[in-house]
Amino acid sequence: MSPNHIIELKDVSTGYKDNPVFTHLNLSLEQGLFAGIIGPTGSGKTTLLKTILGTLKPHGGEVLIMGKPVSSLSRGSVSYVPQLETVDWTFPVTVEQVIMMGLFTNRSYIPWPSREEKTKVAELAEKLGISAYLNQHIRNLSGGQQQRTFLARALISSPKLLVLDEPTSGVDIKTQHDVLHLLKHLNEDGISIIITTHDLNAVAAHLPWVICFNKHVIAAGKPQEVFTSKTLSETYGGDLDVIHHGSHVLIAHSHHHKH
Amino acid sequence: MTEFLVPFAYEFFRNGMLAALLVGGLCGLIGVFIVLRGMSYIGHGLSHAAFGGAVLGYVLNVNFYVGAGIAGFLAAMLINQLTKGKQIKSDAAIGIVTTAFFALGIAIISRVRSFTQSFEAALFGNILGVSSMDLIIIASVFVITILAVVFLYRPLLFSTFDPETAGVFGVRTELIQVAFSILLAMAIIASMNIVGVTMIAATLVAPASTARILTDSFSRMLFLSTLLGLVIGAVGMYSSYQFDAASGATIVLTGALAFCLALISAFIRDRRAFKAQIHYHGNVAHAHPHDHTDGHAHSHGPHDHSHDHNHDHEHGDHTHTHEGEASPKTV
Repeated sequence: MSPNHIIELKDVSTGYKDNPVFTHLNLSLEQGLFAGIIGPTGSGKTTLLKTILGTLKPHGGEVLIMGKPVSSLSRGSVSYVPQLETVDWTFPVTVEQVIMMGLFTNRSYIPWPSREEKTKVAELAEKLGISAYLNQHIRNLSGGQQQRTFLARALISSPKLLVLDEPTSGVDIKTQHDVLHLLKHLNEDGISIIITTHDLNAVAAHLPWVICFNKHVIAAGKPQEVFTSKTLSETYGGDLDVIHHGSHVLIAHSHHHKH
Repeated sequence: MTEFLVPFAYEFFRNGMLAALLVGGLCGLIGVFIVLRGMSYIGHGLSHAAFGGAVLGYVLNVNFYVGAGIAGFLAAMLINQLTKGKQIKSDAAIGIVTTAFFALGIAIISRVRSFTQSFEAALFGNILGVSSMDLIIIASVFVITILAVVFLYRPLLFSTFDPETAGVFGVRTELIQVAFSILLAMAIIASMNIVGVTMIAATLVAPASTARILTDSFSRMLFLSTLLGLVIGAVGMYSSYQFDAASGATIVLTGALAFCLALISAFIRDRRAFKAQIHYHGNVAHAHPHDHTDGHAHSHGPHDHSHDHNHDHEHGDHTHTHEGEASPKTV
């Protein structure tokens, strides 16, 4: 394994009970990357994330994060932001309590937060622009503030690798832009980031690296190189038009009607 | 006042009151996790399973708590295993497993009719026949539960809120689930002779549901639910004496009353908060159910404006202030 690899999957097969999702998968991603995994619903994107995070044990093969099996990594070095749609917004927690959950990695069994922990949470909330909401219930936030809250929970343990499941779904286009911009800054600070998304245009506009995935890796590289009608139709099984405009790439649904 | 204290002259009442307080507090505390994990049905089911175990234990000449405990623990583990594969949902697993244990108890009772009477307490509750041993057991389970909730507060909160992500952050969610199942089984077995198998689900759920209406904070909900459980237990027990009614039933009815009162107070609070947020732009009514601290713009028909936190602004001939706070919902 190269020391530059943050994630390395070697001949990995995994799935749920008798239902294999992917087999003999090989994937290497370099340290410091900011990559998006795209693919249709049911392509195994979430399964791939779970395998990387170690919450789904592979049936075969080896998963290495920073050269080590996930289970042997120090707590908090890999962090995760779930899909906002999966969050129980009626649960009685404030923004501060959510962020504080990320500090479980300190193995603290004292129920109330220490002064140090409170300061850490306040500083991070300030950095992410949510310090005014620390005592608010999570339901009272806008989509962007909610995303930042869960991002703060993931960042509080100072991870080396940040994994996000669909961070751009369920939010408006401006929030999408803000979230991806924020992730870009975090990436520039040295955190490797991997996200899944359905939003091809957002990937094309914001992400330096993309992986087209449908049970196996169809293509990986810069969006400008990877996003072609051929790779996208192979990934999604349908026609998509790719429009190159200067350095920008735009993806549009194809409307080819047979007459 | 002295009339109020009359029942306390009797030892059976003092014991009953102490048991009602302990059971109320215990069920109030553990009920928070039952309500937030959407497990209300399991409290109902496990008490039925424990009943089957208690009857079987009686036939085999084993202590009530041992028989009920083994059955409750076995049922909880079986339900956990059955629901792991996600093919069988938890309500179905609880229905099958716990009713089977309960049915076993009923089958034994109907075959050996001579001891039917002695199990009425377990079915419907008998707070007046509380022994010192019962009190010691309930108090011990209450103390163990308080200690577990204090020391496992963070993993319990995380795994109740978001079990999948909690696993990524190092919370041993399966272990927490097993620990919680054991605590729950212990609480149910300790309480079932007091409030009865048929009433225990409501005793677990009513204080926590009432507390949930009154607060948006997890830690406050834990405290409030325990406190409400204590009060409901005490009021229910006293009513049982005054109205000469079954203690389990009066405790549950008190819990239901507390829940209704909380619902009414929440309705009044929300109405007031909404009215406070309404203001007018000419003849257009307008409310602010959310804040604007991010300074985003919103529109009012023909004119648009954006505004910041805590500021005054003018609409025609009047000026008003936006506090920028979401509707208050804390105690």
